[in-house]
Amino acid sequence: MKRIEVVQNILEANDSIAAQNQQLLNRNGVFAINIMAAPGAGKTSLILQTIAKLKDKLRIAVIEGDVASTLDSEKVRNEVADVVQINTRNMSESCTLIANMVGHALSRLPLGDIDLLLIENVGNLICPSEFALGEHKRVVISSLPEGDDKPAKYPVIFADADAVVINKLDFLPYVEFDIDSFQNALKGLNPKIEIFQVSCKTGAGIEDWCAWLLKELEANKHKAQTKK
Amino acid sequence: MHEFGITESIISIVLGKAKEAQAHRISQINLVVGELSGFVSDCIQFYFDFLSKDDIAEGAVLNFELAPAQLRCQHCSTIFRPQDTSWACPECQSQDVEIAGGRELYVKSIEVE
Repeated sequence: MKRIEVVQNILEANDSIAAQNQQLLNRNGVFAINIMAAPGAGKTSLILQTIAKLKDKLRIAVIEGDVASTLDSEKVRNEVADVVQINTRNMSESCTLIANMVGHALSRLPLGDIDLLLIENVGNLICPSEFALGEHKRVVISSLPEGDDKPAKYPVIFADADAVVINKLDFLPYVEFDIDSFQNALKGLNPKIEIFQVSCKTGAGIEDWCAWLLKELEANKHKAQTKK
Repeated sequence: MHEFGITESIISIVLGKAKEAQAHRISQINLVVGELSGFVSDCIQFYFDFLSKDDIAEGAVLNFELAPAQLRCQHCSTIFRPQDTSWACPECQSQDVEIAGGRELYVKSIEVE
């Protein structure tokens, strides 16, 4: 019997495909965000608000990830032409999108004609945090009715996020949600995190959110150009 | 559910290493799984039993070493284990912390014949 040292990261395969996805996006000048949240927090709603605000400025495409149904992609397809729906129900990973699913979706999109790619992940606050997809920025949506203890209960996904969107601000009179304590908890986990307070129902806060997206998109373009 | 893909990756890694060593059987696989990694050892075992049938990894004992969650305080640099849902530093009570350990997921070593 012999022991062989290995010390190899098991997620290397996914990370390597994610890196390839990102290179493909960069070559085509596409800025991609991975939108994660619990079911019902407002991922599709935020995507629809973002499209409504930015479609005159940017060419936008969407990848929709769900266990089943095309409900979300149908809503989005009314607003943009380039939508790919991934249904994970019959795949080996059903609880999250993984890099090779996104890789296949990218091959079905006219990347040369896209500026902004919005990836709606499967509704889940645990599994998506482990799987890079090739995105440039990770965004987590947390909504008021879910409660303000989410960073304590799901620290990993919040620690990794570049931005958190606090949605359903219109619920403030009806639920107990300590926004200051929530924001402090987020900044504790990740001092550089950007936080946006929005209501996808009323449109409040969407302008600031879109301004950040535009800023990051430009910064990413500049980064890609200086590398050439 | 997401353990299926990573179990496939584990098998691919160990078969590759075993082939390099010209081994004809893998008897044990030593894995490190972080407490914060979101992966469940029982699920890995379940998928492994299914996926390793008919190859030289079949029947290998999976040995899971749990890497505990560790946080580092950004103010006083204390390294500590989180208590339940409280991630505040036990020394200075700061809530500014970063994850220093517990996200590992790797194949440490294998034992072959």
